[in-house]
Amino acid sequence: MAEVEVTRDGAVQTITLNRPEVFNAFNRALHAALREALKEARDPEVRAVVVTGAGRGFCAGQDLKEFGETGDVGAALRATYHPNVLAVRALEKPVIAAVNGACAGAGLSFACACDFRIASDAATFVPGFIGIGLVPDAGGTFFINRLLGASRAFEWMSSNRKLTAAEAHAWGLVSEVVEADALAARAAELGAFYAGLPTRAIGMTKRLFDHADGASLEEQLEFEAQLQAAATQGEDFREGVAAFLEKRAPNFTGR
Amino acid sequence: MNRPKQLNALSGELLGAVVAALSELDDDPDVRAIVLGGNERAFAAGADINELAAGTPVSLYENRRLDRFDAVRNLRTPVVAAVSGFALGGGCELAMLCDLIVASETAQFGQPEINLGVLPGAGGTQRLTRAVGKAIAMDMILTGRMISAREALGFGLVARVVAKEAWLDEAKRVAREIASKGPIAVRLAKEAVDTAFETSLTAGVDFERKAFYLVRASEDADEGLHAFLEKRPPEFKGR
Repeated sequence: MAEVEVTRDGAVQTITLNRPEVFNAFNRALHAALREALKEARDPEVRAVVVTGAGRGFCAGQDLKEFGETGDVGAALRATYHPNVLAVRALEKPVIAAVNGACAGAGLSFACACDFRIASDAATFVPGFIGIGLVPDAGGTFFINRLLGASRAFEWMSSNRKLTAAEAHAWGLVSEVVEADALAARAAELGAFYAGLPTRAIGMTKRLFDHADGASLEEQLEFEAQLQAAATQGEDFREGVAAFLEKRAPNFTGR
Repeated sequence: MNRPKQLNALSGELLGAVVAALSELDDDPDVRAIVLGGNERAFAAGADINELAAGTPVSLYENRRLDRFDAVRNLRTPVVAAVSGFALGGGCELAMLCDLIVASETAQFGQPEINLGVLPGAGGTQRLTRAVGKAIAMDMILTGRMISAREALGFGLVARVVAKEAWLDEAKRVAREIASKGPIAVRLAKEAVDTAFETSLTAGVDFERKAFYLVRASEDADEGLHAFLEKRPPEFKGR
């Protein structure tokens, strides 16, 4: 059985973490399979990506059984988590996490590396790391800081408090909460919606928001000007303007 | 540079063609700025390793391969390096020989020669050190690690980092900006900045002052100063 299952529905690629017996905990094989799946997602025909988990969990984080045998932890992180987190950010299309259940530790970091999250009402969000005397990794301190602000992020990650889906929603960690058995359908619906948008401009929007971290206003304005100039060269811009003038719905191709 | 399959590896032939093209443009008085670029994936990914592997110390010495880079140093026309993708080894050295570097956000710079059991041979140890300082130069040259465009900007190796869609347009924009200035002033200013790396501070300041007096004798200086006072854009003629 593959550690990651990849399915394609039209322009939506769904990546399912698939080690349900251990709540989809990360081990080397899962990392490698995820890396392949994210590589596949670069296909221009894919215009939206959904990440979810098989079974009752989304992802429980690092598989501690394997972790115990890891000699050089820093090297392991650099070789496994880092490329996948960076690959999510480098995908110039929306990556939506559909959090179906327990989301903990590096699984939480990974969900937060995605562009946004929706959750089942059965989902729980657990920092995890500090509970075993570790610090957040896989980008957790970066993304959760960005999502929640430094004070709340610190308080949450250091207290190791388990959040329900409703609490995560109230905090802005997830965009919406749906009933457990409706999550897959809602994720597919959102994926299809995003797959119909002007993907190139969506990708640029993603890059602009990432660029805004650590940029000055002047740098950000300059980057906007350069990307806007590029966006106006796109087919979707022509289509968007034409559709607007003709008072019809645009038919974006993502180019 | 157009050897896309080899990521613009600098073969003797490619380097010869680059130097010849640059020299020809430099001789053309109508050319006031030059953009040197590769393609999206690579500015130039280094030397042609096949050629290097086949070379002996004597053949490398005799065919003066490395010496050919020096021709770029002697150009009087400003050269903007437009770097997208890899600028490694000889490619990084070539970019550093240009007057300034405009880098795509995708650009990666490195002197990875150490991984092949050799070391930079076209000025890398000297120009990288002058550009980024000893600490970063040692780190890059002794470990062979590549740095990103953003890092290169922070280290002072590149002048601007631009969107990957805009690397060539933005480099051209910088070049056009330079080309719109008085060419005599531009050339003397370039020479004066280059002098900073070749001489003592006192001698450099002395050179600058004499260059300043010299440029003041140009018609363009009259035009520029009067246009400023008259609050109109100057029209430089290169005289």
